[in-house]
Amino acid sequence: MRDVVITGIGIISAAGEGVEAHLNALTAASPRVDAETFAPYLVHPVATPDYDKQIAKKSDQRQMEAWQKLGCYAAGLALDAAGVKENAELKSRMHLIVAAGGGERDYAVDGQILTGLRKADNPGVFLNERLMGDLRPTLFLAQLSNLLAGNIAIVHGVTGASRTFMGEESSGIDAMRIAHSRIASGQNDIFLVGGSYNAERPDALLIYAMGGFLWKNAHRPVWERPAEGGGMILGSGACFLVMESREHAEARDAKPLAAIAGIASDRTRREPGSVAKAVRSQIDLLGAKPDVVLSGATGVKGLTEEEQGALLDALPNAAIHATSDVTGHLMEGLAPAGVALAAALIAQEQSNEALVTSVGHWRGEGAVRLTKAN
Amino acid sequence: MALRDNQGRPLVAVTGMGVMTSLGQGKDDTWAALTAGKSGIRHISRFPIEGLRTSIAGTIDFVEADPFCAPVLSEHLAVRAAEEAVGQSGLGAGDFPGALFIAVPPVEMEWPQREALAEASGQDGDITYRDLLKAAETGRFKSWHDLFIFGTVADRVADRFGAKGSPISLSTACSSGATAIQLGVEAIRRGETDAALCIGTDGSVNPESLIRFSLLSALSTQNESPEGASKPFSKNRDGFVMGEGGAALVLENAETAKARGATILGYVLGCGEKGDGFHRTRSSPDGMPAIMAIREALSDAGLAPDDIDYINAHGTSTPENDKMEAMSCTAVFGERMARLPISSNKSMIGHTLTAAGAVEAVMSLLTLANGRIPPTINYKVPDPTIPLDVVPNEARDADVRYVLSNSFGFGGQNTCLVFGAEPKGA
Repeated sequence: MRDVVITGIGIISAAGEGVEAHLNALTAASPRVDAETFAPYLVHPVATPDYDKQIAKKSDQRQMEAWQKLGCYAAGLALDAAGVKENAELKSRMHLIVAAGGGERDYAVDGQILTGLRKADNPGVFLNERLMGDLRPTLFLAQLSNLLAGNIAIVHGVTGASRTFMGEESSGIDAMRIAHSRIASGQNDIFLVGGSYNAERPDALLIYAMGGFLWKNAHRPVWERPAEGGGMILGSGACFLVMESREHAEARDAKPLAAIAGIASDRTRREPGSVAKAVRSQIDLLGAKPDVVLSGATGVKGLTEEEQGALLDALPNAAIHATSDVTGHLMEGLAPAGVALAAALIAQEQSNEALVTSVGHWRGEGAVRLTKAN
Repeated sequence: MALRDNQGRPLVAVTGMGVMTSLGQGKDDTWAALTAGKSGIRHISRFPIEGLRTSIAGTIDFVEADPFCAPVLSEHLAVRAAEEAVGQSGLGAGDFPGALFIAVPPVEMEWPQREALAEASGQDGDITYRDLLKAAETGRFKSWHDLFIFGTVADRVADRFGAKGSPISLSTACSSGATAIQLGVEAIRRGETDAALCIGTDGSVNPESLIRFSLLSALSTQNESPEGASKPFSKNRDGFVMGEGGAALVLENAETAKARGATILGYVLGCGEKGDGFHRTRSSPDGMPAIMAIREALSDAGLAPDDIDYINAHGTSTPENDKMEAMSCTAVFGERMARLPISSNKSMIGHTLTAAGAVEAVMSLLTLANGRIPPTINYKVPDPTIPLDVVPNEARDADVRYVLSNSFGFGGQNTCLVFGAEPKGA
């Protein structure tokens, strides 16, 4: 099996843009919060970047909605950081796994249709006519789950082949797991992997509001929320990583930031104690002895305390951070963001070994063990 | 015979198959109809069609879904196909000894649910998302969270069959079904698992999904005779017809399959893929990404172009796809392409979108097993720029040892699979 290393990070969120901004936010009080726009729900809004820097053509930007633009932007940052942005030949054989949901709607059109449906003589026909007349044809391409990958291929020329994994938090872990397996087994040399999320969308908030998963009080850090009922604060942002075999990185004189020593991913039947058990067994499975943990804890009551308890119990000497306190909950993008922070800490010699956890708000448990590159 | 391929990897055997299409439930019914040249395309009856440019589809109307929405219908199609596949494999029902890879359509809340929230909000004036959020807060719609998040179909299917590990829900648009199979093949080759349940499912013929494709001018508008609307490779082809479907394959390490005495239905010998950065919905004009995906699939299978006896086409019936596919195949297979049979199941079942690659994989394997090639129906006006043997209108008996199945999708997705009755040299 070949070693897999991380050679590039692209990250953007409420904490800002780039690795330094995010490491600084690890110890800062709290990230940017917007408590008004979607009150009573809070979101961590992204500071909209100058998209021109990574998505040169306005025509491309117009074809995308926010989640795609953020993802495309972060992918570009990662390619730059890995020193491969200008290497067309390499990008043409670079593979891509995106963890994403999709969607984004025309909120005004939806509202108008719902208002009209109430009084329509024939609601079905009214719906057909309004959708035919009011939907922008290109909106579909800004909704399709695999079109973030499609846009990364178009904008950045990453055209080995792509696949898009869906399934909330787990998809972020599984995207990295499959890329890791393919590189380790020798099938491929280099991957771009990551996820993207736009929280500043009423339709996205709606799903989690229906389930009762959203935090509605004044901002509190993840670990403090369960005592007051618990809940998630969604965040807008994206994170992409360049992962490659150690040999491939060395051959092109790229500096590895950290090595991925192992990735665990599972789906347990949720019941009291199951999360604690899953976290402990994944720590054992990976042989993790981290000095720092980047936890994907969501703030949801029950899960959050269980994970915290398991981490404190198994890893009493590790510093524990919640990635969501830095970026907000990036859903599919949260685990890649945790790995980015962990790799950056290791690269800056602030850590010798790190563990990233991902306990999904509804299902799925995963963990990534990162070690020093050399 | 060796149970490893020429690269030393475990051979991947198919030991179970199941399928649901508009032609019927199960592979026997579907295969019988498909080889009889029957069409499953019909007028849409599940919602009003007034005001639509396209009012036909290959819907599956014999499966109940409650509440009726794409994720629930897709789940049912997946479960029924997987019941057939797992049943045939003889592996334990409810304790599947491997991972689940499932291609699912992107899900989101649909109009009936939005309307229910709007009503529950009590808003009498103009409705906005603020009102829907207010209704959500009542807690009355809690179960819709689970229903409309992306990982739920996979979760329920994994529970139903007892699949191991974290199930992967994936999309590569219209090549998703093929990608699900590819992920299973790779996991077995790497030795991570001895068995994989690979599924493609799509039950998303609803007003908005149909209208979205319609607004991209992707759909046939020949509504007057539904059965004749999907005309792959014909000169008068005018777009695809949406179809619903589900298909499941049980893949196994051939060694463990043989050791347990399983019947091997065929082999997945090769997978090829290539991205295309040319355009969001159109392929590179030179066809290179598709050509490279086909070549990679052949090379991965250890086969030469001359080994392929039949191509199960992507064949959507859009002007663009069929031209590009014919050009790409001709580039790979050369002069022989003029007489190498290539046919499109979509002429009869429509484009089953997320499920297509898996549905067509099952049909490819049945072609190998039965020595009979399903036709491309509705082939009445040949396209002189596509001089291919499309197995026009009637099924044909043939000795088929190796099949290439093509899948191409929006967003530059190209995935090709090679199936064989036996590995080469066996």
